[in-house]
Amino acid sequence: MYHVNYRRAGSVAEAADLLAEAEDGQLLAGGQTLIPTMKARLAAPSDLVDISGIEDLIGIREGDGAIEIGSMTPHAAVAASEVVRARIPGLAGLAAGIGDPAVRHRGTIGGSLANNDPAACYPAGVLALGATIVTNSREIAAEDFFLGLFATDLEEGEIIVAVRFPQPARSGYAKFPQPASRYPMAGVFAAETPSGIRVAVTGAGEDGVFRHEGLEAALAEDWSRAAAAAVEISPEGLASDIHGAADYRAALVSAMAAEAVARAASRKPKG
Amino acid sequence: MADVAMNVNGEAVRAELPDNTLLVDFLRETLGLTGTHVGCETSQCGACVVHLDGEAIKSCSVLAASVAGRAVTTIEGLADGDALHPMQAAFNAHHGLQCGFCTPGMIMAGVDMVRRYRASGEALDEAAIRHELEGNICRCTGYHNIVRAIDAAAKAM
Ligand SMILES: Cc1cc2nc3c(=O)[nH]c(=O)nc-3n(C[C@H](O)[C@H](O)[C@H](O)COP(=O)(O)OP(=O)(O)OC[C@H]3O[C@@H](n4cnc5c(N)ncnc54)[C@H](O)[C@@H]3O)c2cc1C
Ligand code: FES
Ligand code: FES
Repeated sequence: MYHVNYRRAGSVAEAADLLAEAEDGQLLAGGQTLIPTMKARLAAPSDLVDISGIEDLIGIREGDGAIEIGSMTPHAAVAASEVVRARIPGLAGLAAGIGDPAVRHRGTIGGSLANNDPAACYPAGVLALGATIVTNSREIAAEDFFLGLFATDLEEGEIIVAVRFPQPARSGYAKFPQPASRYPMAGVFAAETPSGIRVAVTGAGEDGVFRHEGLEAALAEDWSRAAAAAVEISPEGLASDIHGAADYRAALVSAMAAEAVARAASRKPKG
Repeated sequence: MADVAMNVNGEAVRAELPDNTLLVDFLRETLGLTGTHVGCETSQCGACVVHLDGEAIKSCSVLAASVAGRAVTTIEGLADGDALHPMQAAFNAHHGLQCGFCTPGMIMAGVDMVRRYRASGEALDEAAIRHELEGNICRCTGYHNIVRAIDAAAKAM
């Protein structure tokens, strides 16, 4: 790893100041993506601004018709939360299936969203549930947040503070993990939300997470495993790589969609 | 340089470290606690698992400065004097290792999973143990005896 200046922020305002002062500063959350990337010398920020000690950013709050998750809340805390398990079981299940236990103890929802890895799990949950990303300067609808591979609407120095999820009637997530990395080769999050039936696909798209209109229309007619499985999934726009060709990924999307719907019906969180 | 103080295996430790020092390098190089291993360096093998305030983490993916002020437990901190921790004893009794390279991480992960399942009240059955070991790779044993050892230790802990 190249040399880096380590800075610990005590508050969001201080983190913003430290970022602004730095030549080429980057936020450090759980470090489960950033540290390995820096070790591989694929990233070389001049300064790391550590926000992991900011208590205000950690925790799950229940509001009227919505649940707000602080950006520094680790995956393990979301997976174990009684509130999330009872109210958005699909999201608890998603968090429970990220990486492995040690990754889940450190990795955070804010870091996952800011990174927008095309194979990350959270972007699917956030997009399908119609969540809002709250930053230190504004609120961004999930629709407007994800802008393709590793790209988001976040501006230079902008900090995700929390993510607000409207209460869904039901929700479910299923992924087919790449066996070595455990990132999804295809992951599907299906939800019945206040803004209708929404289905988001991660891991499979050439441009990262996307909503699938065909699955949404079919499930709006008939919310069932069979209805999801009957939808034709086109390989167009899906990724082909060493792990699988686009038509194979299309078949995985179909299978994961059916499984996500089945899990949503049972209301039981499952990783 | 960062002035880093933390608690390791019950003792207060402190050192001046380059800012980019990984926790695993602090443990191994500065403190000489070489029980924690480095296998992959890419955050996937789990040989470097230690406990941070009681929770399993990969020490190769965390900066030492980032966990200043907190408590770290390594494989060296598990035994009670000459008496092995039940998880260590079970790996011994069930032959849960061959070359032993993955073993410190496996044992730390095992202790962590027993703690979590006990707290949540869920059953840590064989399928659960295998699922929980997804972040710990062993090139030798084929996992069967590791799973047996964790299962036995869970009953003894
Ligand atoms: C072995 C392994 C397996 C994994 N498997 C999966 C998987 O199956 N599914 C999955 O989804 N993920 C997986 N991950 C990734 C994991 O979920 C990471 O935790 C996550 O991608 C990044 O979160 P972090 O808190 O570690 O962020 P960091 O690594 O600290 O930061 C990531 C990026 O986000 C920026 N950032 C962090 N916090 C904020 C914030 N609040 N505001 C603005 N920018 C911010 C940082 O500057 C950095 O650019 C895996 C990781 C590993 C090592
Ligand atoms: S050395 Fe840390 S996970 Fe392999
Ligand atoms: S015993 Fe050799 S790697 Fe596990």
